[in-house]
Amino acid sequence: MTMPFYVSPEQIMADKAEFARKGIARGKSIVALEYQDGVLLIAENATSLSKVGEIYDRIAFAGVGKFSEFDQLRKLGVRFADTKGYAYSREDVRGHALANAYSQAIGEVFTREMKPLEIEIIVAEVGDDRYQDHRDNTLYRVTFDGFISDHRRYCVIGGNVEDVESILKNDYQDGMSRSEAAKLGRKALDSGAERGSSLTEENLEVCILSRSRPGRKFERLSTDEVSSMLGA
Amino acid sequence: MLLRGKYQGSSFFELLQVDYKHLLPALPADAQPAGAQVPHGTTVLAMKYQGGVLVAGDRLATAGHSVASRDVVKVFATDGNSLMAISGAAGPCIEMARILSVELEHYEKIEGEPLELDGKANKLSQMIRQNLPAAMQGLAVVPLFAGYDLRRKEGRLWKFDITGGRYEEMEFDATGSGGLFARESLKHDWRADLSKEEAVRAAIEALTAAADEDRATGGVDLERKIYPVVKLCSAEGVDEGSEQEIEQAYRNVLERRGRGGASQ
Repeated sequence: MTMPFYVSPEQIMADKAEFARKGIARGKSIVALEYQDGVLLIAENATSLSKVGEIYDRIAFAGVGKFSEFDQLRKLGVRFADTKGYAYSREDVRGHALANAYSQAIGEVFTREMKPLEIEIIVAEVGDDRYQDHRDNTLYRVTFDGFISDHRRYCVIGGNVEDVESILKNDYQDGMSRSEAAKLGRKALDSGAERGSSLTEENLEVCILSRSRPGRKFERLSTDEVSSMLGA
Repeated sequence: MLLRGKYQGSSFFELLQVDYKHLLPALPADAQPAGAQVPHGTTVLAMKYQGGVLVAGDRLATAGHSVASRDVVKVFATDGNSLMAISGAAGPCIEMARILSVELEHYEKIEGEPLELDGKANKLSQMIRQNLPAAMQGLAVVPLFAGYDLRRKEGRLWKFDITGGRYEEMEFDATGSGGLFARESLKHDWRADLSKEEAVRAAIEALTAAADEDRATGGVDLERKIYPVVKLCSAEGVDEGSEQEIEQAYRNVLERRGRGGASQ
């Protein structure tokens, strides 16, 4: 007769966390940073599979780790936001509610399922100048175990967070222009990667949430736009 | 709540049908015809012009023989390249325009690229087909759909029937209770090379003709400053005609009819 081995809950959680961290550490990083007209999201990504996406008028999503898993979360977020905006009003769709829903869902998978999600995500919300109480930008990070944190100025997810963050900590300034923010983002991502040459517009994915745009604030920047921003 | 849903596709309308049934109208099979009790929207029209396509509608909603609303809007931009105008039971019509605009945005976000104009028209036709039981109870939705086709580089327009039948029109069309009179007027004024200003004027002329002949269609109400809604869709996107433009077009129409614009 075989006896099942006893494994303590602490051990199970530690093993799962270890497994998820390994998966994420292999991936590249994404930086979200506030600039003078909103939030800029910049990802190292040479493929045509997007890591950054639009959720709603003022909300964007970014994910690292296993593509199929974070892309599924992105779609769930779009469904959540569109249903809420349809049932109530567009102004009722807020970043913190979505970030909380993500945190709960990801946390639930972490505790219930054998395999945790090998992902980390950012929910970024740009402020709305029309309402006094909606003016600030907010950046939320949700990790593989459902841990949620909110950030000001910048937020990093992915493989080499410490190196990327140290650059941002030194060089970040309030009120940067869009191209200053993009340049800083690239510099920060460069520091986190192990490679000879530096990042160019060909292997960067850059999206913005721009306050000054009417309606849907999300915009994916074309390679040409990114190139002119980084060159200028 | 994020993980509870069953639906995995890219359509918002289907998402509501599968996971959020309570957000869609439920109509019992034995419901009594509600026809005359609910507000109905009346005349809307669409036409091609040089740069794209124009859609316009009057502002009146009627319930039986009464005015339900004098300033209802029946023309909607469903996204940056398409317009929808509604006639029929105002409630379900306006709701369908809302769902369609969420549908188009939803698809674009989930899939990463927008639907083709044909795809948008086809989706609307499926939504109208779903509404058939309600249409049989008198809550018909009979829209016009128009947009600028970015691939063909031209404006296009479609009309629909209550069964979801979808018919592409090459020149213009008008539906609703005053639709016949608006079509007659457009038949006279329409040319393929209408400029934007001429198209706006032809639209106002047609709506004025419809309001003249059909009691359920509202014309231009200078006293209350209520003007028809005119929206244009071209390569540059959706453009809303200004009230000044519409008022000017209306005064021109009156002048041509020999009544003199200023005294009205």
